[in-house]
Amino acid sequence: MTVNVQQEDARHAVIRCESVYKIFGSNAASVLESSNGVVDSKKFLEAGLIVGVNNVSLEVYQGELLVIMGLSGSGKSTLLRCISRLTDATAGKIIVDGQDLLALNHKQLIELRRNKMGMVFQSFGLLPHKTVLENIAFPLQVKGSSTRDSISRAMEMVKLVGLDGRENYFPRELSGGQQQRVGIARSLAVEPDIWFLDEPFSALDPLIRKEMQDEFLRLQAVLGKTILFVTHDFDEALRLADRIAIMKDGVVEQLDTPANIVLHPATEYVRKFTEDVPREKVLRVESVMDAPDPDEVLGDLRIPMDALVDSVAEQILGEEKPVAVVDSNGNMVGTLHSSHVIKVLFGGRSEATDQQ
Amino acid sequence: MDYLTKHPKTVQFIILLAVFFALCFAVSPSESNILWRLPPLLKQLPYIVNDSVRYLMFDWMPIQVYDALIDDYEEKPLFREMTRTVSSAFLLVINFIREIFLGGNKTIVAFTSWDFINENPWARWPALPWTVIVGWAILLGYKLHGKGLAVLAGVCTLYLAVFGQWKPSMETLSFVLIAAPVSVLLGLVLGIWAFKRKYAETLLNPLLNVAQTMPHYSYLVPVIVLFGVGDHAAAIATIVFATPPMVRLTLLGLQKVPADVVDAGMMSGCTAFQLMFRVLIPTARRDILIGVNQVVMQCLAMTVIASFIGAQGLGSNLMIALNSLRVGTGIEIGVCIVLIAVALDKMSLAWANKQTDYFADLSFFQRHKFALFAAIVFVVGVILAYIGALVFRDGFNYLYIVPHNKGVTTAPFWQATVDWIWDTFFYMLRTFNEFLITSVLVPMKNMYLAMPVAATFVLMMGIGYILAGIRQALIIGAFLLFIALSEYWDRALITAYIASFAVIVSAVFGITLGSICAQNATASKVILLICDFFQTFPSFIYLIPVIMLFGITDTSVIIATIVYATIPATRYTVEGLRSVPQVLHDAGSMLGVSRLQRWVSIEVPLAFPHIMLGINQTVIFALFMVIIGAFIGTTDLGQLILKAISDPQGTGIGLTLGLCVAFIGLAVDQIIRTWANERKKALGLD
Ligand SMILES: Nc1ncnc2c1ncn2[C@@H]1O[C@H](COP(=O)(O)OP(=O)(O)OP(=O)(O)O)[C@@H](O)[C@H]1O
Ligand SMILES: [Mg+2]
Repeated sequence: MTVNVQQEDARHAVIRCESVYKIFGSNAASVLESSNGVVDSKKFLEAGLIVGVNNVSLEVYQGELLVIMGLSGSGKSTLLRCISRLTDATAGKIIVDGQDLLALNHKQLIELRRNKMGMVFQSFGLLPHKTVLENIAFPLQVKGSSTRDSISRAMEMVKLVGLDGRENYFPRELSGGQQQRVGIARSLAVEPDIWFLDEPFSALDPLIRKEMQDEFLRLQAVLGKTILFVTHDFDEALRLADRIAIMKDGVVEQLDTPANIVLHPATEYVRKFTEDVPREKVLRVESVMDAPDPDEVLGDLRIPMDALVDSVAEQILGEEKPVAVVDSNGNMVGTLHSSHVIKVLFGGRSEATDQQ
Repeated sequence: MDYLTKHPKTVQFIILLAVFFALCFAVSPSESNILWRLPPLLKQLPYIVNDSVRYLMFDWMPIQVYDALIDDYEEKPLFREMTRTVSSAFLLVINFIREIFLGGNKTIVAFTSWDFINENPWARWPALPWTVIVGWAILLGYKLHGKGLAVLAGVCTLYLAVFGQWKPSMETLSFVLIAAPVSVLLGLVLGIWAFKRKYAETLLNPLLNVAQTMPHYSYLVPVIVLFGVGDHAAAIATIVFATPPMVRLTLLGLQKVPADVVDAGMMSGCTAFQLMFRVLIPTARRDILIGVNQVVMQCLAMTVIASFIGAQGLGSNLMIALNSLRVGTGIEIGVCIVLIAVALDKMSLAWANKQTDYFADLSFFQRHKFALFAAIVFVVGVILAYIGALVFRDGFNYLYIVPHNKGVTTAPFWQATVDWIWDTFFYMLRTFNEFLITSVLVPMKNMYLAMPVAATFVLMMGIGYILAGIRQALIIGAFLLFIALSEYWDRALITAYIASFAVIVSAVFGITLGSICAQNATASKVILLICDFFQTFPSFIYLIPVIMLFGITDTSVIIATIVYATIPATRYTVEGLRSVPQVLHDAGSMLGVSRLQRWVSIEVPLAFPHIMLGINQTVIFALFMVIIGAFIGTTDLGQLILKAISDPQGTGIGLTLGLCVAFIGLAVDQIIRTWANERKKALGLD
């Protein structure tokens, strides 16, 4: 844990939120001021105010994929919209790439969006009167690129998301998954540093969703953007996230790595939330392995220490002897018994945690 | 008793009716009794309006204007100079478009002088040969929607030429071609304004409500005062009348743009301008284009009425024909108006529904195919016209312009038919007519007139309160108060009686017809198509056949009104019944209810709010028609409005009367719409 924090400090925070509030309703600002930052959603609701985001502070680091999780109405979209300044936060400070977002004037904001930000929407938000190609070229054309440049760049993006051959279709002629590919391509057309995705795959059926997640991971492996990803699907969060922020009623309940959220839930709410999560999907080999023992006879199999237990379980269970765990340079850092894997897979919560 | 406690509204209604009848019997009819009639406190209102307009026109803000004739400066009121400028600008454009179609020299005169024309006999703008316009119409139809529309466009334009109505038709068309674009532009600007600024929406909403329920005639009077008489004044009146639906639909379309699309536009880095013109408006394109379609239809609906203040074209010919009871000619002109309306309606709808083509890699020929064909049509048409000039050496060149009333005519045939009908059915029609008037209309009229004002207020506000709540009741009260305090309460009662009679009959017809047709998918489609078709007819057209059958009587007006107002009742009934979700039908069948039970207990209650919205439309349609009917003689508000047109003091009177009619419509609208929307929400249909 501690090691982790030091590492993160050393990295560069691309987005930093300090006590961000978003309250809907007239005179929200003055009510908030008089409440000294202590916001009780129920009391506010009685006063006719809806609390969207409540005292959120967080940082997103360069190249990190931060997932915002929470039930419907917990304020995920609102937080995202504050950070992209689609709505103005009621109070607090948001620093994006060293600039104070709320202090930007209209023109600077447009510049920021044209060059640094890209966003993907749950219901795609494609322009119905433009073809795939024109939709993708739109942010470039808005910026003032020539038709030729923007179309050729858009064509590259079409290839990137695997829609070649469909570039002259209209959005209504595409399936949901294909439409979202267009949305993704459009958001990437200006080569943004920061990428916002608001439940991009929620409108898709499970098979397509899985396929799109794979596609997304592939893209991210190539592009390495700084990403804020909103979802209410915990499996999706676990598959994608570097870190997860869990929100409830506008408050971030916990912000941590997937493993820590499952193993050390900060609040009762988070514990309930993560109760049914299969451990093998969050635990990495390193957290269940034993220290290397020179006397032990090991099998031939070598497994990387940062692999999820889930992904190597089958292999290990097939081995009779314990297997060696190696780091990225191939040095042995520990051993793993199949009995441990069985415990993780079938044992209760406390045992899995004991392994730590 | 149990039933009554469960249905408090029923109790409220019973009490309301009891109070209403008690008041009717208790209040004695005497002029001094304010429960019987309110004193006309607003009597002066028309005159105040008149005086203000006069002041504005003739005395307000005099400015120095240079007059070339007397070579000196003259003092002239600013406002009148402004309206003059607008008028002459309109006149110039109308003449210009007209001369493209029909030829002439007025536009050239406007830039030179009559002397120039007299010295240079060549200085005359040639007309487009009618063959060219027919060809273009066919091409346009084909481009917009393929063969079907091409044939329709061709048939319509050919009819105009063959039946010798080319000139008035083109006059009417040129009038639409100027009024429609201005209305569209104005509507777009106002719609955008209302979308961007909440206060603008709040401001425009009541104005639009009134504008859309004011009878057509009332627009004419103030326009005459401000702009005089002539094509330009007619165009302006038409614009005022045609703009509101465009504003509505623009606003509606913009508000319907999904939030995600707007956000996506913002995140793409659009400026406010780019967001409006590259994201919002294109996305709302369909609604906006339907607005354009509405505008075109409204413009055509006004062509006849606008002829009261000097619009030339089919409308004024129709008026003349009807005035002199030449029904045959009237029918022929009516058909022309309908054809133009249908063609323009179908074309503009096709345009609205047309998807933009994406020209990826088309050849030059493919890209400019239609322009090329249009050019070919033009050349061929001109050559034909020249050949025509050689063939028809003396007399008319039929290949250039078919002169007015020199085409084929069917008028004698229609006239003969009318005469035959009269000869054959005279007694039957007269008996029916007399029966209707003496046993139904007159007693009903007397009943309405015998209603004390207090009772009317109680009834209307009571219904408003029970169905829509206290707020609506107060609004209705305010509307009624305006009418009651004006001089026109009795007239308004007469209007209300004709309209309500027509509404009741229309509703019965419409709901029955709609219910029968809704049982079957094909029948529904057919009846909706028929409704569409009849709805494109300008309202005035409905008067022609009834005059033909019943002559100039109240009966004619009522029958025309009933026919016209049955359309929305039918349409909404079909739509309402057809939109009952299939699941509920299935659920009903599973429970083993019979066809009739299902209809009574599932379909009708669910469709009822929508059907009531149809009745709401029926009321508005009926009011419009009743007022238009004044042209052939009724003794209600409409007659007074018509008189006001030729009265120099008419502005205030016309406007006040128009407001009275609008308020009757709005009072009903308030109740029904609020109720239906709440009901729909309660049923989870919205
Ligand atoms: N424009 C608005 N006006 C008023 N209240 C709003 C507005 N937008 C959001 N809210 C409220 O703020 C709260 C948080 O909404 P938000 O859309 O951020 O939730 P979410 O976590 O994104 O939910 P979902 O998973 O359904 O998208 C909700 O209670 C919502 O009703
Ligand atoms: Mg959301």
